Amino acid sequence: MSGFTRHRKSGAAVTTFTAFEADLLRSLAAQLIELLRNESATEDIASDSLEDLLDFTGPTREPEDPVLARLFPTAYPEDEEAAAEFRRYTEADLRNGKAAGAATVIDTLEEAGLPVEPEDGLFIDIELDQPTALTWMRSFTDMRLAIATRLGIEDGDEEIWYSLPDDDPRAQVHDIYDWVGYLQETLVQAVSR
Amino acid sequence: MSAPSPVELDEPVTDDLTQLSTPWVTIVWNDPVNLMSYVTFVFTNYFGYPREKAEKLMLEVHNDGRSVVSTGSREEMERDVQAMHEYGLWATMQKADAP
Repeated sequence: MSGFTRHRKSGAAVTTFTAFEADLLRSLAAQLIELLRNESATEDIASDSLEDLLDFTGPTREPEDPVLARLFPTAYPEDEEAAAEFRRYTEADLRNGKAAGAATVIDTLEEAGLPVEPEDGLFIDIELDQPTALTWMRSFTDMRLAIATRLGIEDGDEEIWYSLPDDDPRAQVHDIYDWVGYLQETLVQAVSR
Repeated sequence: MSAPSPVELDEPVTDDLTQLSTPWVTIVWNDPVNLMSYVTFVFTNYFGYPREKAEKLMLEVHNDGRSVVSTGSREEMERDVQAMHEYGLWATMQKADAP
């Protein structure tokens, strides 16, 4: 397992993944895209008024899925009407942006040589320029938010996760969460001067 | 947070005027997921804050649970909140004089 480092000459963030790691990352990105497209961004209608029924530009209510609710927080906690308006005008763009970011992660991995069915012993060299590194960073964040919400991770609860038996699926998912966090940390360091 | 500058008028200040003169703020809230280094990076990268200021704001989020990260018009703050959501930070907005 290796994190990102800064390439001295080009300034690019570079790392080498095993086929297993690259495949896992691709799978997380694909799941994120599926989740973002899962609950339609346009199905909610705030009221039965003619104006609202004819306005299907975007959702006005907080998504029911807790992961989506975390990815798209309510902007005005004290003002329901303003919060609905904000959501109507931003959530579809945010969803598309996050899905496009995850798609970039997949494209980068595949352009770097990750086949559909990778074999053991294959290594994938990744090189990210500054804008792509930023996209990866955001996508790492989305993946970690999604996993953390599903697991119910809270501040200072590390002991709970590390004391789980190795064969507990939650322990395995938490390991992946930690790994993506490690990639995120090293990527931030690699692009920061 | 600085208070809105006093408005000197002969007549009582109406609600409309108050609304115009009161700035809005973007607040970033603590969460158990985002890394301290990443939050600092976002504050330098998006707002263009110097590293010291970005770290100070990040530590406020971490230690106090929240921090006011930008101040401006309602429209500007909506842009900032949307940008924070793009980065995966938990951000909200409100009037600067709200509790």
